[in-house]
Amino acid sequence: MPLTKADFDAILLTLELASLTTVLLLLIGTPIAWWLAQTGSWLRKPIGAIVALPLVLPPTVIGFYLLVLMGPHGAVGQLTQSLGLGTLTFTFTGLVIGSVFYSLPFVVQPLQNAFEAIGRAPLEAAATLRATPWDAFFTVVVPLAKPGFITASILGFAHTVGEFGVVLMIGGNIPGRTQVASVQIFNHVETMQYAEAHWLAGGMLLFSFVILLALYSSRRIQQGWS
Amino acid sequence: MNRRILHALLVLLAGLTFAASALAESVQVAVAANFTAPFKAIAAEFEKDTGHRLVAAFGATGQLYAQINHGAPFEVFFSADQSTPAKLESAGLSVPGSRFTYAIGGLVLWSAQEGYVDDQGEVLKQNQFQHLALANPQAAPYGLAATQVLNKLELREALQSKLVEGQSITQALQFVSTGNAELGFVARSQVYKNGRITSGSAWEVPDELYEPIKQDALILKKGEHNRAANALITYLHGPKTAAILTAYGYTLPQ
Amino acid sequence: MIRRLSPSKPPVASPTRPPASPLASQNDALIHARFKHEHPGFSLDVDLRLPGRGISALFGHSGSGKTSCLRCLAGLDRAPDGYLQVNGELWQDSANGYFLPAHQRAIGYVFQDANLFAHLSVRRNLEFGLKRIATAERRIALDQAVELLGIGHLFARLPATLSGGERQRVAIARALLTSPTLLLMDEPLASLDLKRKLEVLPYLERLHAELDIPIIYVSHSPDEVARLADHLVLLEDGRATASGPLKETLLRADLPFVLEDDAEAVVDGRVTDYDPTYRLLSIQLSGSDAVLRLTHTPLAAGKPVRVKVKARDVSLSLEKACASSVLNLLAATVEHWTLLDNQAQTLIHLRIGEERLLARITRYSFDTLNIHAGQALWVQVKSVSLLASD
Repeated sequence: MPLTKADFDAILLTLELASLTTVLLLLIGTPIAWWLAQTGSWLRKPIGAIVALPLVLPPTVIGFYLLVLMGPHGAVGQLTQSLGLGTLTFTFTGLVIGSVFYSLPFVVQPLQNAFEAIGRAPLEAAATLRATPWDAFFTVVVPLAKPGFITASILGFAHTVGEFGVVLMIGGNIPGRTQVASVQIFNHVETMQYAEAHWLAGGMLLFSFVILLALYSSRRIQQGWS
Repeated sequence: MNRRILHALLVLLAGLTFAASALAESVQVAVAANFTAPFKAIAAEFEKDTGHRLVAAFGATGQLYAQINHGAPFEVFFSADQSTPAKLESAGLSVPGSRFTYAIGGLVLWSAQEGYVDDQGEVLKQNQFQHLALANPQAAPYGLAATQVLNKLELREALQSKLVEGQSITQALQFVSTGNAELGFVARSQVYKNGRITSGSAWEVPDELYEPIKQDALILKKGEHNRAANALITYLHGPKTAAILTAYGYTLPQ
Repeated sequence: MIRRLSPSKPPVASPTRPPASPLASQNDALIHARFKHEHPGFSLDVDLRLPGRGISALFGHSGSGKTSCLRCLAGLDRAPDGYLQVNGELWQDSANGYFLPAHQRAIGYVFQDANLFAHLSVRRNLEFGLKRIATAERRIALDQAVELLGIGHLFARLPATLSGGERQRVAIARALLTSPTLLLMDEPLASLDLKRKLEVLPYLERLHAELDIPIIYVSHSPDEVARLADHLVLLEDGRATASGPLKETLLRADLPFVLEDDAEAVVDGRVTDYDPTYRLLSIQLSGSDAVLRLTHTPLAAGKPVRVKVKARDVSLSLEKACASSVLNLLAATVEHWTLLDNQAQTLIHLRIGEERLLARITRYSFDTLNIHAGQALWVQVKSVSLLASD
């Protein structure tokens, strides 16, 4: 198998990036999805649209704006510099932030759908049974929304694995730091190393297929529950 | 009555279009990223002077090669190096004998900040920066030239951890112009206009530090019988092109 | 006689309730609820004083505001202008910006469709509320509630595998296990078919008999209300058109409820006799010798029962009719009468001993018979239905 150390490093980096991004998105996305599902405020539609933006924007657009924002002249860059952190471009942290934006709707939307499907009734029942709102969230909503959490995690993970445009814009192709698998495939193609490209790309294709298969199978199981 | 006038007009229009197309043709051109700005200037003049139309796609040399290899409908290819066109020639994908050097590129070390890069390039040795941008050396000749310079100056090891690679020379420029890399190796043509650097600060890298970046072009098999393609090649040897090339900081081939 | 196959014993037929204590003069045994709540297309505006004991029914058609009122009582909805004091505890006072959220109120709430937690077994559902109150506050134990509702055999099941009736019983037990000071029930039998309704009703009667918790019961079924309630509130278009003890309120002539087709009287009596040949049950009305007879399964003599008589099943005669197929012929006195909206019929209020009946007759007959207050005449009751469990 003509995969080099650089290729394996790229795969490892991709998995690291996807895992970290997924965890962060579950932490950030759950309150957002909950708010969107519950609120009656007029802000619901605009915020829902903003969350959905990465679905329709070309990744290069997201990447470009991140490049500008995280650079020394951008708002984020100036903030990080004042905190002594330098700029986030060309760093793994920068990639994580980019991935969080890029995969945000893939986590928030399944969660939001799951929360909406639950409706208000179980929450009201919990309230009449002396459960505080926090208590009700963890003991009633989360278990009932489990399929949504599974879907959100899988989609967020898989989507980040496939991320390319954003990484291309802000990564800088640094091995071990920002050279993820998708970029590495591109490198192989650029430099006419087609055998390596085939192996790496084929591997990613197989991986994605397995993930999606798992997702659809788990959905079937969960449907039998309600 | 109206019907007949309309009918006649349509016939006339069709005839004119046909006549026009019989006279003028279009050419599909693949152009290496670093040559983007000068090519657009040349194309404007060419279209005005000959009436032919140029349809250009810009990209990294390696990427364009891959596309041509897999049947992309380009008729003329402007590369950033010599080896890629040579490969196409030996693979039989081009019109034999059509390959020629159209320009010789120059490398500059450039920063978007005024006064950042001194005109001796000492800023490299001083190593006070976070990131140094260059194009991917495996995919772009200007990137390769940049690594040659660093090797010659024996700074490669010291600066390795600070290198950030753009997928193309265009992206390398993007990193530097947005300030994400304080400085970087870019093509002279990217920061030159009317014979001088347009903004920021630069060090003209001396020729002896890198292999000359000879940029070759050729006619691909698909463009063999395209008169406009041939006209373009001729135009490229002409005085108008020479003036544009110089203005953008290219050296004319002998 | 009923043979039940379920392992739990059915409750015995409930005795007639002890009369609900009259509205307490002190604030203690009283629920004072005042709510003004605007919804799109509907507004709630009620000011109720309900007894702090027994079952108070909120009765009305759909859209009359009963559920809205119940939700405000629970704290699930917050009326912008509201006041609620329950047996001495203040739960809402919008004038002072005070509102106790639902999860801090000692209520039990039974939803129309049980609303059990789908991801928890019956046992875990029951324990949900129980776990969340301090041990010292637990006045109702798990086995007590389980026995009361007969659901012990369902512990390990998931709600999705239960029948509608079982689900409601679990829901009621679950609500009880928070040892509430007020039990709220939103049409708990509405989503059940007749068979299940009859299965659950006795448990509700038992609740009332054995526990001392005040219950607010929302329903649009006159039968349920007649059978369970001590106090009746009539709601129409978000307003309370009547509020009072059950039997009195049912008889109020000025109420649209009473003036509809379903106008009926509720009458208490005792079983005196049973004829097995003809399967005829005899019931003596309270406070007189008058006896009503109806075909029915046998019941023990002396058993107190409640019967319902629709106004349209009652006809009047100046003379005692003989040789009629109508079983029931009773002597009665006219108390008062009302002309119905259609101007063609009248509703007559009659007294027999301590009990009252309603009769609906045409205005023509009214004039022909010269009906007037104090008149003594004969009442023919064509159809009687027993409200007690079988």
